[in-house]
Amino acid sequence: MDESKKIINQLQDKKYDAGFTTNIEQDIFPPGLNEDVIRKISEIKEEPEWFLEWRLKAFRFWQKQKMPNWAHLDFEPIDFQAISYYAAPKNTPKYNSLDEVDPELLDTYKRLGIPLEEQKILAGVAVDVVFDSTSVHTTFKKELEKLGIIFCSMSEAIKEHPELVKKYIGSVVPYSDNIISALNTAVFSDGSFVYIPKGVRSPVELSSYFRINAINTGQFERTLIIADEDSYVSYLEGCTAPQRDENQFHAAVVEIVALKNAEVKYSTVQNWYPGNKEGKGGIYNFVVKRGMCKGDYSKIFWTQVETGSAITWKYPSTLLMGDNSISEFYSVAVTNNMQQADTGSKMIHFGKNTRSRIVSKGISIGKSQNSYRGLVDIKKTAENSRNYTQCDSLLIGDKCGAHTFPYINVDNQTATVEHEATTTKIAEDQIFYCQQRGLDEEKAVALIVNGFAREVMAKLPMEFAAEAKKLLEITLEGSVG
Amino acid sequence: MLKIRNLHATIENKEILRGINLDINHGEVHAIMGPNGSGKSTLSAVLAGREIYKVTKGEVLFDGKNLFDLSPEERAREGLFLAFQYPVEIPGVSIVNFLKTALEEKRKHLGLEPMSPSEFLKMMREKKELVEFDSKLENRAVNAGFSGGEKKKNEILQMAFLDPKLAILDETDSGLDIDALRIVANGVNKLKNENNSFVVITHYQRLLDYIVPDFVHVVFNGRIVKSGDKNLALELEEKGYDWIKKEVDELNN
Repeated sequence: MDESKKIINQLQDKKYDAGFTTNIEQDIFPPGLNEDVIRKISEIKEEPEWFLEWRLKAFRFWQKQKMPNWAHLDFEPIDFQAISYYAAPKNTPKYNSLDEVDPELLDTYKRLGIPLEEQKILAGVAVDVVFDSTSVHTTFKKELEKLGIIFCSMSEAIKEHPELVKKYIGSVVPYSDNIISALNTAVFSDGSFVYIPKGVRSPVELSSYFRINAINTGQFERTLIIADEDSYVSYLEGCTAPQRDENQFHAAVVEIVALKNAEVKYSTVQNWYPGNKEGKGGIYNFVVKRGMCKGDYSKIFWTQVETGSAITWKYPSTLLMGDNSISEFYSVAVTNNMQQADTGSKMIHFGKNTRSRIVSKGISIGKSQNSYRGLVDIKKTAENSRNYTQCDSLLIGDKCGAHTFPYINVDNQTATVEHEATTTKIAEDQIFYCQQRGLDEEKAVALIVNGFAREVMAKLPMEFAAEAKKLLEITLEGSVG
Repeated sequence: MLKIRNLHATIENKEILRGINLDINHGEVHAIMGPNGSGKSTLSAVLAGREIYKVTKGEVLFDGKNLFDLSPEERAREGLFLAFQYPVEIPGVSIVNFLKTALEEKRKHLGLEPMSPSEFLKMMREKKELVEFDSKLENRAVNAGFSGGEKKKNEILQMAFLDPKLAILDETDSGLDIDALRIVANGVNKLKNENNSFVVITHYQRLLDYIVPDFVHVVFNGRIVKSGDKNLALELEEKGYDWIKKEVDELNN
């Protein structure tokens, strides 16, 4: 038993591997938020008037909002006036080749294991890198253009494809949805934009790496993915941030629109700085991610592996509007030390014969708190719709917590809704069994955790799965001795 | 191979083993019998290194090494294998993955390179055949939803893979029907050679019809109170344990 305690302590001592900062000169706004700040952001971005107006509406709405308190999270109120709302690398030119990119920036990516050039070639991934708030590099763009695929930064899309942006931005997540969506709409500086035309299957996984790297700078990305009729795209989002002492506030919005017969896969691996053992200095990650299965037979699949952030507050959700549309949500969330996560999914069924599935795996270590919160809402119109929800929690040690808050609302009697939940602890006899086969405790725990998460990991695209497995192992790793 | 000298062990301050002495040489099969609560399973748990048991006295040499200097995983890598009475479920971890992980740990310990996938698959085929293991099970999670018999066959498959110097079978026959018993016993007999040794812990003579022991020991009250050849097991089957208890009582008086 003493040994088990020792390894649990080792797990809690795991250092954050990606903790380093890059010294690149940055343009940074002084802290504070008012209409002038929003006008200035819009001006820097050279946005059209209608866009600024939309931002200002969102800002005025935001001013009237309060942070809700229903989440199972405990943190100091956020001082929104103490945050700087814009930071951009200085003199951001558009590069034609990697040689022109600041070597220190490239080095940062390399230390993170993201060698752009090899990655492009080997993995066949087009990468749109958001370094803090400004896009510095877009690859594979030309090849995608041949197919009519648009994959660019949000600011570029606002300029180059205003009709698409105007039609769809805010159509899934209106600014008035909640305080985070209002704030994001008011101040977002950049993000990714994807449009897949009718009948086109994206030949590569589209990928965007986000990284927060400026002191006290909120990162507010905005992502919009539109899959036109009969199209397909797989989008990967991966994050890691350098070690910082101040809490960094992050409020992103992701919107996905799937038209008739379209299929979108959205995968996330999130590894932001979780804070030190006492919970100091981690990222606050408040995200609104929502997809709309707008057309009949459309599909949206969410997969996420979450190991980072001091506080995670997000519920990737799908509005199943089209008849026979399908959505799935697969999630692994690991919390360690003082980390807190309140995460899950919402599946809202409007269309007939719509199907959804939620599989959530929560792993709690140390003194962390891991909550699943999910909503399954079957509207009156959703004849013969089905949902299956499974949420499993795994506890390591005896000071952490796992909580499940399922909300189910059924307004159509032909619907079928199933919910299963389990909570287990890694048992001493499981570890001993593995030891008796020659595995040390650390390896035994990693094996058991990987087994627990397998169903979700199997849903990740190939090139992401290895990274996610590694991340999971690093998260559990202790310094042996 | 294994020398146990005056071994005493407690659980929660209650003494279970009260001076076990036993020598096991290469190529021998020892059966350990005895009534419930006599300390048979405690002996196997202590040898494997389960922490809830505290060794209070005595020593055990395993191939010349002090067993209690080794962690449970080191004992395993050195070639001590315990077939569990109640094999544990590991959800989501396939048997193939588990075997591969265990085998690589052992190979690393022995300074060997990791096996190539084709070598591993070949080994998998051979070992499955050897212990008549159902291929349908190999991609299923370790022991999850397995029947009692399937769990025990899985233990024998792992034993075949890890090729231990000393294998302890802790009541492997419990919960087995006669066909499963035969398969498990055949597996053991095929793996048996002049370099390895087996300790078979059982309540019943039945298993010893298939795995013929060189020595039979009776454990009672934490000590080996009687040793003999395979005929001792037959005698116990016929007379039960009461006469042993009586003999022990008489000795003590």
